[in-house]
Amino acid sequence: MGFETVVFVVAAVLALAGALGVVLLDNPFYSVLSLVGHLIALAVLFLLLQAAFVAAAQVVVYAGAVMVLYVFVVAYVGGGERTLVSESDTIGRLGPLFAGVLLVELTLAVAGSGLAASAGDGAPVARGFGSPAAIGELLLGQFLIVFETASFLLLVAAVGAVVLARRRRGLEEDDLDGDRAGPELAPASPQERAPRPGSAAPEPERSTRTGGERAGQASEAGARTAEARTGGAGPASARVGGESPATGSA
Amino acid sequence: MNPGAWGWVVLGFPLAGSLLIAFGWRVLPGRLAGWLATGAVLGAFGAAITMLAGLLGLGAEEREVTSTAFAYLSTAGLDAGLSILVDPLSVFMCLVVSGVSSLIHLYSVAYMTSDRGYDRYFSYLNFFVFSMLLLVLAGNLVLLIVGWAFVGAASYLLISFWYRRHTATEAGIKAFVINVIGDVALVIAAFLLFNATGALDWAGVFTGAQDAFVRDDGTLIAACLLLLVGAFAKSAQLPLHTWLPDAMEGPTPVSALIHAATMVTAGVYLIARAHPLFEQAPTAALVGAVIGTVTMLFAATVALAQTDLKRIIAYSTISQIGYMVLGVCSFAYAAGLFHLMTHAFFKALLFMAAGSVIAAMSDVKSIDRMGGFRHSMPFTHATFVIGALALAGFPLMSGFFSKDDVLAFTFDRGGIYAVLAVGGYIGAALTALYAFRMVFRVFWGDPVPEALALSRGEHPHVEPANPDTGEPEDNDVGFPGPEHHVAEQAWPMALAMGVLAALAVVGGAVGIPGVTATLEHFLEPTFADSRFVEEIPSDTARWIGLGIGGVVAIVGIGLAYRLYLSRYELTVELRERLPRVTTFLERKWYFDELFELAVVRPLARLGELGRTVIESELVQGVFVEGTSGIVRAGSSLARGVQSGYLRAYALFLLAGAGALGLYFLIASV
Amino acid sequence: MDVAWFVVLSAFIFCAGAAGVLLRRNPLVILLCLELMLNAGNLALVAFSRAHGNGDGQVFALVVLVVAACEVVIGLGLIVAMYRRRIPVDVDRVTELHG
Repeated sequence: MGFETVVFVVAAVLALAGALGVVLLDNPFYSVLSLVGHLIALAVLFLLLQAAFVAAAQVVVYAGAVMVLYVFVVAYVGGGERTLVSESDTIGRLGPLFAGVLLVELTLAVAGSGLAASAGDGAPVARGFGSPAAIGELLLGQFLIVFETASFLLLVAAVGAVVLARRRRGLEEDDLDGDRAGPELAPASPQERAPRPGSAAPEPERSTRTGGERAGQASEAGARTAEARTGGAGPASARVGGESPATGSA
Repeated sequence: MNPGAWGWVVLGFPLAGSLLIAFGWRVLPGRLAGWLATGAVLGAFGAAITMLAGLLGLGAEEREVTSTAFAYLSTAGLDAGLSILVDPLSVFMCLVVSGVSSLIHLYSVAYMTSDRGYDRYFSYLNFFVFSMLLLVLAGNLVLLIVGWAFVGAASYLLISFWYRRHTATEAGIKAFVINVIGDVALVIAAFLLFNATGALDWAGVFTGAQDAFVRDDGTLIAACLLLLVGAFAKSAQLPLHTWLPDAMEGPTPVSALIHAATMVTAGVYLIARAHPLFEQAPTAALVGAVIGTVTMLFAATVALAQTDLKRIIAYSTISQIGYMVLGVCSFAYAAGLFHLMTHAFFKALLFMAAGSVIAAMSDVKSIDRMGGFRHSMPFTHATFVIGALALAGFPLMSGFFSKDDVLAFTFDRGGIYAVLAVGGYIGAALTALYAFRMVFRVFWGDPVPEALALSRGEHPHVEPANPDTGEPEDNDVGFPGPEHHVAEQAWPMALAMGVLAALAVVGGAVGIPGVTATLEHFLEPTFADSRFVEEIPSDTARWIGLGIGGVVAIVGIGLAYRLYLSRYELTVELRERLPRVTTFLERKWYFDELFELAVVRPLARLGELGRTVIESELVQGVFVEGTSGIVRAGSSLARGVQSGYLRAYALFLLAGAGALGLYFLIASV
Repeated sequence: MDVAWFVVLSAFIFCAGAAGVLLRRNPLVILLCLELMLNAGNLALVAFSRAHGNGDGQVFALVVLVVAACEVVIGLGLIVAMYRRRIPVDVDRVTELHG
């Protein structure tokens, strides 16, 4: 049908544009955003394929949660390298070549080898095909074990993330700072909050052992003087600053 | 019991003695080890006598008993058992070896009393006796070579007995190396004989040689010459003689046993045993006879110029063995072996008496410092004179009958052998000369301080030192003990010397021509197959020969008296008039220097080359480090793949996936 | 629409993602390109599910979604840990695991 073709072409173009944007854009933030666009285009394509639930899940879970997480991390970590490909980068030269070869192969495989099933519109489907009810039936019926295993996998990933993002000395320092913080948390003034995002970033490194000992100690001293100035609000900000990356990576 | 079994008993006694002392020396009290060893060898002697009795009980044709303990090698074509051959020749050798050895053991009990290595000494000595008996009793070439090698090893162990003295260890190595040359020659000869005859036992080889070789066959001559090389290395004939004088570094009883009476006679035994081969290749026998005579003359001349008492006697040994070699190589077997027996008696006696004198001199061996021991050491003097008379061939002593009998036989052979016999008489004159040079220089003349001290009954203490180089030593293990024992004071020494002196006097009784032919008849069964068994010179010829020998001996003794005692200044003047001759003789005809230049230095250089070039550069550099270098290069090439670059890994992944896809794409078409 | 078009499109996206993995040095962007590849796979799965008339492919795609989420979580955790320990966030500079 005409309408479907138009929708397909538009969604396909958007998806491709998003993909190329991810690969080619300098700023990782822009890459994330173009991936979000790509995901939404993909969701449209899923709708075209009678996969309503998958499309919804794509938008809600993928574009909604995973990409937001990504945004946080990109904000935290920063830009990274500026140049795309340096002059003596052989892999950077060969990479697109190999990818192109792969593309040709796949296209030939799909179009040329005569995949009978992929020609034509596909098998006739019932009305509720791809609906949440149908997916739910499959998940809890035929694919129950898969379902449970997937949830287990999620648990493992969550625990792994916490372990990875944890500070070296565990949570003792957090508690210490938290004890010192006390009730001064509330009356902290906005001006004094201004230097805190700046000091929040280096302060969590206070507890890391590798490399930034001196910087950490300097920031600690800075935090201490800030604490003397703000009277206890410094450690509070330390606690806040210490918590945000943890939550950012969880 | 048949003689074969007694043969094993004869072997068993000294072996048991050696092992017992070797393993149990810690629990043996005091000086028991020495008595144990002496008892073991006396046991062997007793068993040898029983073996003799057993053999005499058999008929003359049956006097060849082979006894095999077990089949040692029995594979394709090779058949050698652990077998001994008991026949008159081996019984004769056993009696001589075990008899003289037991007397020397007795002597050593007193001589080596204060030495810290006493037990080790007797273990070695017993081991030597075992090896020598094994050699003479061997029934095939394999066991002979085993015994040959053991004897060489025992000789090395005993020469370097005082192992902390570097001159002794060097001498031991020299002896061993020269012996090994002989061993190799012997083994090659055994190969040649086995290759031709297919047999290793004596009987098989002899009969096989009859069939395989014609008279004077090239291979047979080669094999016989190699046997001669082996014999000469062991018996210290030219040019493989240089080890024997240096071997005097060992204790005097060792010199008496090994280098006078037994080991050096192994070569003569070998030639006598292999006589069918030599008779089939007379050329080789002639070569042996010539070398024997030349050696005899050479050694006699050198003995005139030596100043070390033991070395004079050593060169005398070389010379006398030349006689024995001449005897057996001119096919006068009984005469040659007769001389072997009498030589064992009087040479061992001479060494023992020399040991007594050297002890009196506190280990000084130079005759220039000796003199006038006649009155302070009467017993030693008497035995030494008896030995010297026997050596010189004074009429009616044992040496007279044996040595001059050899010369009579040789003269009778005619041709070139007659010339050699004349040389032999010249040698006899020289022998008498140097023998009594020793007597007159050491025992007669004015007494030296040590002699005077001895007559007063005291034995002065001397700081232990190397007698040749003067380096200081101590009395701990590895060096001689502190005490010096003189025959007059130690009864075991006196007893042994007395018995030998008696034998040296009466030993000739077994071979008086025309009167007793005990030895000849006894040895007949062994040599029955010889062509020359009938060619005995007439009694008259033999008595004439003996007479000439006796006259030569007396003239020699008289000349020695004049030169060395009454008109000694003549000798001194002679020495000054002919300095080059004197030096030539004193340097032993420069044989040592010749070997140093021709053999030792090139080999040392070759070894140096091997070490620097072949070992370090070729083997180490090319093979070892080259191989590891190749492996290292290859693996560092392979290591380059693991660069640590994530993107490189991703590239490989992608390329691999692409290749896989391509394969499936093509396969599905 | 021909299902084949969807599959070809997914091939394009996949190869774009692959090229991105090889080209970029920022690990964050590499992870993003990995997401691209996973999504391309999802698209192909759903397309085939439509072609067969079977819901299995869609369930598969859902599970892939779950796995992608977990992978992103761990990957980002690693990158944050790297950043915290002052390790340069550049894939070409982190080469210690080499032979």
